[in-house]
Amino acid sequence: MIKLREVASKLGARILLGEEQMEREVVSACGADLMSDVLTFTKCKTLLLTGLTNVQVIRTAELSDLCAVVFVRGKIPGKDVIQAAKDRDMPLLVTCYTLFEACGRLYEMGIEGCPPKVYDNE
Amino acid sequence: MNETNKMKLTYDVVSGDFDRAGEASSAIKRLLQRLGIPADIIRRIAIGTYEAEMNVIIHAGGGVVMAEISPESTIIVVTDKGPGIPDIEQAKQEGWSTAPDYIRQMGFGAGMGLPNMIKCSDRIDIASEVNEGTKITMEFKHADKV
Ligand SMILES: Nc1ncnc2c1ncn2[C@@H]1O[C@H](COP(=O)(O)OP(=O)(O)O)[C@@H](O)[C@H]1O
Ligand SMILES: [Mg+2]
Repeated sequence: MIKLREVASKLGARILLGEEQMEREVVSACGADLMSDVLTFTKCKTLLLTGLTNVQVIRTAELSDLCAVVFVRGKIPGKDVIQAAKDRDMPLLVTCYTLFEACGRLYEMGIEGCPPKVYDNE
Repeated sequence: MNETNKMKLTYDVVSGDFDRAGEASSAIKRLLQRLGIPADIIRRIAIGTYEAEMNVIIHAGGGVVMAEISPESTIIVVTDKGPGIPDIEQAKQEGWSTAPDYIRQMGFGAGMGLPNMIKCSDRIDIASEVNEGTKITMEFKHADKV
């Protein structure tokens, strides 16, 4: 089982929010700037890596039961976005790696992608 | 089905209010969590409702999200008085989208919304009239089919 803390350390990430939630389990990960794809292809306990920093990212993470959001390339979201995540207990990390490199590092440590089978009722 | 066991909630969805986009879906999700509905079913309801809510904000100039929750199922009805969908079969295709570029920059408008609603729900009805509006009805059963 891989924990959020190990993910943060592998990405040399700064923890913007959710120091208390670093024991959360990370089952799979998804790298995307398209929230539509996140809503279509993720399953729960998925980590989202993204280059977007708007409030829709937090909404999408909340509604899809994601376990945390990692902002890549050192992008730090605005205060309103951080507050929205705080209200929803959504941990936020920031890494300096690009989306490609950050995903590669996590794949290397054994985190799976999200297969295109999404729902149990399929 | 016992009428007294039914809850009916309505949320107004405001056109172009992207900061609040998703609030109706989020409120419905939190309510279903309090009611003890299984998490994987709530997740499908939340995603399907969010896609429909976003469509009303992006394509239709606002509308209403209605949730009817009974012990057996949740029915979500999303209505608007927007431009309507001229060709529903085309709109249902993965990747078909008329969303403008600024919507795409926010991470939406990939043409996956209707396909995702179809995938998430146990039953869906898409009714639309050009210049009249659109009504999406989705049913989600609370227990897996026997
Ligand atoms: N409520 C609506 N009112 C008018 N048109 C809609 C509505 N919902 C969907 N559409 C049309 O159907 C298309 C496909 O919808 P969808 O699959 O959600 O993709 P997207 O929202 O990414 O464009 C939209 O681009 C739009 O043209
Ligand atoms: Mg859509």
